Amino acid sequence: MLQILFDALSLGSLYALGALGIALIFGVMRLVNFAHGDVIAFCVFALLWPSTDAMAIVFAGQLPWYLLVPFVLLCGAGLSVLCEIVVFRRFRKANPATMMIASFALGFVIRYFLLMLFSSRPKSISLLPELSQPVEILGARLPLLQLITIVATMVILIGLTLFLRQTRFGLEMRAAAENFSMARMLGVRANRVIMGAFALSGALAAAIALIFGIQTGTLDIQMGASIMLMAFIATVIGGLGSLGGAVLAGFLLGAASVIMQVMLPIDARPFRDAFVYGAVILVLLFRPQGLIAARGTKERV
Amino acid sequence: MSLVALSDITIRYSRLTAVRDVSFSMDEGEILFITGPNGAGKSSLLRAIAGVTPVASGRIDFAGHEITGQAPENIARLGFSMVPEGRDVFGSLTTEENLLVGTGMHARDRGWRSRAASELEAVYATFPMLKERRHGQAGLLSGGQQQMLVIGRALMTNPRLVAIDEPSLGLAPNINDQVYERLIALRAQRQLTLLIVEQSSAWAMMVGGRMILMRGGQIVLDGDARTLGNGEAIQAAYFGYEDH
Repeated sequence: MLQILFDALSLGSLYALGALGIALIFGVMRLVNFAHGDVIAFCVFALLWPSTDAMAIVFAGQLPWYLLVPFVLLCGAGLSVLCEIVVFRRFRKANPATMMIASFALGFVIRYFLLMLFSSRPKSISLLPELSQPVEILGARLPLLQLITIVATMVILIGLTLFLRQTRFGLEMRAAAENFSMARMLGVRANRVIMGAFALSGALAAAIALIFGIQTGTLDIQMGASIMLMAFIATVIGGLGSLGGAVLAGFLLGAASVIMQVMLPIDARPFRDAFVYGAVILVLLFRPQGLIAARGTKERV
Repeated sequence: MSLVALSDITIRYSRLTAVRDVSFSMDEGEILFITGPNGAGKSSLLRAIAGVTPVASGRIDFAGHEITGQAPENIARLGFSMVPEGRDVFGSLTTEENLLVGTGMHARDRGWRSRAASELEAVYATFPMLKERRHGQAGLLSGGQQQMLVIGRALMTNPRLVAIDEPSLGLAPNINDQVYERLIALRAQRQLTLLIVEQSSAWAMMVGGRMILMRGGQIVLDGDARTLGNGEAIQAAYFGYEDH
């Protein structure tokens, strides 16, 4: 029972962090950033030295964790900000559909860049192997990583909440997310806020990359895309642009996946995702605006 | 030298010309009403000065700088504070957070925090109701309270000019009286320069000051509100008798 709870929480953590990264950017510029998943993939591959060999040449991955974590977070934030400056800045006045297509294109550019450097073969890597040790809590044996994932996600969520509520930059970001042009008329710098959102979102992508990389031990260019799809669905269910909603929906999706894995009859389990998506459709039929509707989008129709 | 000067401003929305070759200027300390029927181009003009609506041609100067085509945040930094139509309260933020959003633009100056704090007290002194609801969600305030909030928010940036787009839109008449009462008091207190857009010229005539009357994207009258208000010209401008 406890095992199920922890499985649900740790899977939900990944979805929640992913959804948050998408919601942050959507909030300030109405961009659904489909390149987010490829930023995740980039961050994982940043651990390796570029080579097309089947053997992974570990580069940054050998760093001790207190250097590794900041390095990967910086990679994510840096790439994300770079995407904003090079690509999305040009599309700021474009309509959301155009921006979305641009993000698709950008995602493919990043993916094929990785493909060129690393080839398409998945690589195995053993990152911080000590985290795979099981620990025993209340009679349940859990991988230490699962615990760390959950704790780290909580820390990130609390940190982000404090940042958004208590700092001046957070205040400006919240104001801009709700009404960008009014915030600008009050002197809030558009570039600063948008770059901040991209940096945060990139760092969140990096956090996912780290957890995912340690968990699976294999690096795959497609790995960002799978998580990205669930994260994107979570942002929609949560109410596009609503940060709280994105997190809530991320955890709900994680819970739904894990519970269905356990509860469904054995024969139906391979089709688990179909059931999860079915539940998603049901939720959207009853609450098309999402679980928690974001104020900015509601009023700006 | 005038605080604001517009010369030959034309504003287009794709094929539609909202404002055609409008020029006027405004001095520090002045109160100017821009009135006219719906669609006259009043709001477009205001939004163009604020930098949120691009101009097709012409030039805008504010506080000694050319601001044509400048970003809204830079224009705000020069001291142009805008209260847009429909108020645009940040509904998910608290009342106090709403007031504080604009103070960050002075964050490079020395002692901006204490100045923001004393400004906040001054705004609370003018609008005690805002202080009562300071930690409440701003979206839950009534229309009149929201109007007070956005005026307070505009003052928090210590502006040289406050522009208000239709402050009386959607408010009950007695609330309107209150809003204008405060505006007049504030103007006397701080020597505020006020640029107010209203559909009806009633407020301009009551408050006094200068009035510009627009119609079809052009200025048709410009003069003292009380003198203009009594003439037949104003009727002609609103109802367009000369056209038919």
